[in-house]
Amino acid sequence: MPSLSPLVTIRDLNKIFESRKGLFGEPRRMTAVNQVSLDIPRGQVTGVVGESGCGKSTLARLVLRLLEATSGSISFDGVDLLKQSHGAMRLLRRRMQMVFQDPYSSLDPRYTIADALLEPFKVQGIRLTTAEARQKVEALFAMVGLDARFAQNHPHQLSGGQRQRIGIARALALEPDLMVLDEPTASLDVSIQAQIVTLLEKLKHELGLTYLFISHDLNLVRYFSDRIVVMYLGRIVEILPDAKAAPRHPYTQTLLDSTFAPDPTQRRDISRLTGEIPSPYNLPQGCAFAARCRHARPDCLSRRPVLETRSDGHAVACFHPLT
Amino acid sequence: MALLDVQDLSIDIGGIKPLDSIGFAVDKGETLGIVGESGSGKSLTALSIMGLLPLIGGRVERGSIRFDGMELTRLPEPDYRRLRGRRIAFITQNPMTSLDPVIRVGEQIDQVARLHLGLSGSAARRHSIEIMERLRIPEAATTYHNYPHQLSGGMKQRIVIAMALAANPDLIIADEPTTALDVTIQAQIVQILGELVREKGVALILITHDMGVVAQACDRVVVLYAGRVAESNTVSAIFASPRHPYTQALIGCIPRNAMERGSLVGIPGLVPSVARYPAGCRFHPRCTRSESLCEREVPVLERLASGAEIACHVADKHEAAHA
Repeated sequence: MPSLSPLVTIRDLNKIFESRKGLFGEPRRMTAVNQVSLDIPRGQVTGVVGESGCGKSTLARLVLRLLEATSGSISFDGVDLLKQSHGAMRLLRRRMQMVFQDPYSSLDPRYTIADALLEPFKVQGIRLTTAEARQKVEALFAMVGLDARFAQNHPHQLSGGQRQRIGIARALALEPDLMVLDEPTASLDVSIQAQIVTLLEKLKHELGLTYLFISHDLNLVRYFSDRIVVMYLGRIVEILPDAKAAPRHPYTQTLLDSTFAPDPTQRRDISRLTGEIPSPYNLPQGCAFAARCRHARPDCLSRRPVLETRSDGHAVACFHPLT
Repeated sequence: MALLDVQDLSIDIGGIKPLDSIGFAVDKGETLGIVGESGSGKSLTALSIMGLLPLIGGRVERGSIRFDGMELTRLPEPDYRRLRGRRIAFITQNPMTSLDPVIRVGEQIDQVARLHLGLSGSAARRHSIEIMERLRIPEAATTYHNYPHQLSGGMKQRIVIAMALAANPDLIIADEPTTALDVTIQAQIVQILGELVREKGVALILITHDMGVVAQACDRVVVLYAGRVAESNTVSAIFASPRHPYTQALIGCIPRNAMERGSLVGIPGLVPSVARYPAGCRFHPRCTRSESLCEREVPVLERLASGAEIACHVADKHEAAHA
């Protein structure tokens, strides 16, 4: 097995949503993910960061084929995902799982926690004896640090942090290679967020997992990820080869400036931040960030910069990158 | 005497007591942060000051809330109504709860000035547009005629802030004003609130779970845990030398710049629900330093020479001469 090749290779991926403004209105097209190419290396955490509408959650769903891409290709361990039948996809999904932001809406309120943890086996047609099922549930509880006495409880009896542990346990049930984590801590208190992040780190080491970690929180992404992908309005604008790399795209710098450190001696000068994210239905011709960018020059308005990768792996889509 | 002085405040909602002897003060031109996890009593503190506890079936059981010399806990409702919105303004997390979806946003700002300042229609409109311009709402005269749904989340929150400012209040209570917003927009709102405090001498109470926002924007901080004050101090002292184990743990939960992976420490367990507060110090079941005394006796809030306040049996209360 070629262990050095990336687990997932995404090339020129596009997702276009069509909608209508009213019953008789003009159809409108919105490109949620636009020409995205990305490798997800094995055993690493690839972080994707961006604000609302940047396409990060759409990208997560495309990678697992929970949404069908409009065009492009996704290769998972050498298999061309977009060409697989539904049956083949179902088998492949054992190897790729997702943890959602809101575990409450991804758990059926009528199921006990044990039922929820055994559901993946049912979906996959894997028969377990009663003893095997109990063993699986106990092992999964232990793996995510929960007391097995919760097994017969229902989701509403658990706290948000406990529910997210169940969401993670369920994703682990079929022993996947890839876990897509879509804002797994965004609805939790910081103390619980830290517990969950610590758990995810531990599981990655113990099980050799590969993570695609989606978040709006740059501090958290920088803490947790080996590589950081920055998205803006459907496109990758920068890939930082490691979490400590200095941003070269002005948008990444803006994100960094807007992210407050828990340290009053490091207050940010935020007086120069202006502008809003433009409507994804009506994108400008040039660089999508140009209207908010302090470094923008005339060429930024007329042409769109492409993502260019340097030898050190640092990629940036900008005509006038920061040095 | 501070503009707002809350002392020994305890409240009762249907027999349960979610706030126990809360105290703090905030003066003109000052920003006070109230922090803590969900369930710590942050929002109830705001409702108490606004005199809105009866809306949720609650009442002040003990203690005082003095605002500009007036005792608010004994203020008759008609007098309270003249205070709310005029001298004390309230900004909520979700701007849509404060905005009427079928009234143009500008007119909603007008209403505040007409009601509280007695301005005529055209004067109120000029006043509203002036405030909108001060909050850097682009094309204020046009935006004035928009309905809330036509605006982005960040713009809606600016409209809510404009409504809060319309009657020139002395005190603004902002309950998680940026939590629902993207980080670059959050930074702009924090900047705007900071300008109001510095330039107009408004007193600001910023209720948040985000220690980054606290570090960026606050002068003083009150840390609440399970309805009691754990610690209060200046923002620089809270972050440089937190004394209460809960404050230390809360700061340790936040991923920050240049933090090594694996160094994030969560707080074990959960904030107890109000019906199940433990005896003694309410933090002791989660505290790494708790002793037998902590399980039995409620620690009193001690005031140190520097003005710092702390409620803990085990914390170091020694103050260095230079502190």
